[in-house]
Amino acid sequence: MSEPTTDYTDTLTIPEPKENLKHPLESYIRSERFPHIWCSSCGIGTIVTAYISGLQKSGLDPEKVAVVSGIGCSGRAAGYLRLDSFHSTHGRALPFATGLALGNPELKVSVISGDGDIAAIGGNHFIHSARRNIDLNIICINNFNYAMTGGQAGPTTPLEANASTTPYGCYEYPFNLPFLAESSGAVYVARWTALHIRRLTNAISEALQKPGFSFIEIISPCPTLYARRNRLGTGLDTMKFYHDSATIQHGADTREVDIEYQKKIIVGKFVDKDKPTFTEARDTFLNKKLGDQYVPYRRPNNGH
Amino acid sequence: MKADPIGVATGSYYLDGDHACAEGAIAGGCRFLAGYPITPSTEVAERMAERFPKVGGVFIQMEDELASMAAVSGAVWAGAKSMTVTSGPGFSLMMENLGLAAMMEVPCVVVNVQRGGPSTGLPTLTGQADMMQARWGSHGDYEIIALSPNSPQECFDLTVKAFNLSEEWRVPVLFMMDECVGHMTEKVVIPNADKIDVTPRKFYKGKKEDYRPFKFNGADSVAPLVKAGDGYFIHITGLTHDERGYPVINAEAQEKNVTHLVNKILKNEEKIRIIEENQVEGADVVVVSYGISSRVAMKAVESAREKGLKVGTIRLVTVWPFPESRIRELAKSVKAFVVPEINLGQIVLEVERCANGEAKTILVPHAGGWVHDPIDILNAIEESIK
Repeated sequence: MSEPTTDYTDTLTIPEPKENLKHPLESYIRSERFPHIWCSSCGIGTIVTAYISGLQKSGLDPEKVAVVSGIGCSGRAAGYLRLDSFHSTHGRALPFATGLALGNPELKVSVISGDGDIAAIGGNHFIHSARRNIDLNIICINNFNYAMTGGQAGPTTPLEANASTTPYGCYEYPFNLPFLAESSGAVYVARWTALHIRRLTNAISEALQKPGFSFIEIISPCPTLYARRNRLGTGLDTMKFYHDSATIQHGADTREVDIEYQKKIIVGKFVDKDKPTFTEARDTFLNKKLGDQYVPYRRPNNGH
Repeated sequence: MKADPIGVATGSYYLDGDHACAEGAIAGGCRFLAGYPITPSTEVAERMAERFPKVGGVFIQMEDELASMAAVSGAVWAGAKSMTVTSGPGFSLMMENLGLAAMMEVPCVVVNVQRGGPSTGLPTLTGQADMMQARWGSHGDYEIIALSPNSPQECFDLTVKAFNLSEEWRVPVLFMMDECVGHMTEKVVIPNADKIDVTPRKFYKGKKEDYRPFKFNGADSVAPLVKAGDGYFIHITGLTHDERGYPVINAEAQEKNVTHLVNKILKNEEKIRIIEENQVEGADVVVVSYGISSRVAMKAVESAREKGLKVGTIRLVTVWPFPESRIRELAKSVKAFVVPEINLGQIVLEVERCANGEAKTILVPHAGGWVHDPIDILNAIEESIK
């Protein structure tokens, strides 16, 4: 094989743009806060991008969308989105979001947070928000461990997986989050991975337009802690694993979608049904019971 | 501005403190309550659940007190005047998100109808043992305002006041009732709406791009608020932050942020202060009390005065921030302070600190479950000037 004769050196120089080009999603990002805290090849950034694309696709007015996060790596998502965004306490994103949504019924409120935040310390809030069918859109980024604190086992860590607090492997049964969401009352339940960008974007768009409690679990690589500790390779290797092991089964029975360590991952839209939201049910009921005496809540506009 | 008439149930009533507190909240402009049932505070939530649908308020019974306190902060950022109500065990659970509210500078009211503790303690019987928790209960340095009513009428009047203070200083106001006041039934007069002063929320009116949700410098250091959904794209966090609300994790930012949280209350203590003084000039002994204990103390003070003792009283309506300068001043002229409280010594520590050895400080403790016997307070008064 002969030496290449073409000189490629100048192709390595990135030409200055003729005009000030902006990233098409930049208006949704607080780029003044960059660099962000996420590790190289972590899935969260990709998911945040999918969230913005899904929001654009939904046609919702960004001024009428708020994001609430809890604590953890995924909990930092709110801080990078140029939306009304709130970074609450560990596990309490859902009740904070409940107050926000009920206090301003014009808002669509998303919660973007991690599996530990939503399903462990926030587990009680999760099932009760779903039960009430509060108009919330939950984006639960599941990386199978508590990454920000150094890779401890969480409520989703698969049996046998290694974490810093399960150094001999995990012997606790993990949650099957779609099943938990559906059985608690969610009207929309889906699962995708950080690889399924197009489908995830569509799901986010759909969920944002869905009145009531929608839940999307997104399986996401944690190359620094979960993957490294379990010798699963790089973030790219994790993405390849998703490619090879994720099976799309729309409408799958959520009882059957447990995740086992390094086995197949069933993804898809599992639940999509209609049910009055908390606010709709309340207004209908109280109108019926109280008639003219019922004064529906109006968002204050003069501070009173 | 004056109260919105829709929320004001003008008239004379025979009400207990819990129900009067609910009416005060509605008159004060509260339109969001997230709570969880707990004795002896539940009547407040029950009355709000009944009244709110008729006055345009949102009532939601949450899954626990952690959620209740978090939802209150969310509702405030949506624009509503908001509150929660609880008692000891629930108050403990609220500490996490009370810290968040302090950090986010959320104007809100937290009612604690105190019962005997610790733990489950005396669910149906009185106590005043959460007074230090009110100030120090959440981790880190911050300041709150705490009020302590001593009658059902005050449960109405001071709940309105609590909302006003929370808006003025952008801070959680803790309404520290006790079971006695909560369940005591007396005449309560609710005036006409045009006789009730209500502090409106200070909303920002400038250019959207210039908005800063926090202001850490200067006397006018309470930044105006905006509402989520109005296009300001605010970011609000429990992390240490700058005036934009953006997280900054270093010692300089911590100094600015936390010093501000503390100073905006402590430096304005005299503006916030509500205390009731009676015959303190020339007194040898001053009885310092708050809540139900202030009414029991009156009996002892009257008996002491009948015996010719020169006894004054100070009632702390605002317990926090503590009226430090006033106690320091009085310590120079009185021989002793007597502090009856239904705990084993909490606010007495503040009195003692401010008296700084210049006057004796005597605690009249009570472990809870009932109020003091006035004779115990009288004995302490007599003992204090021997």
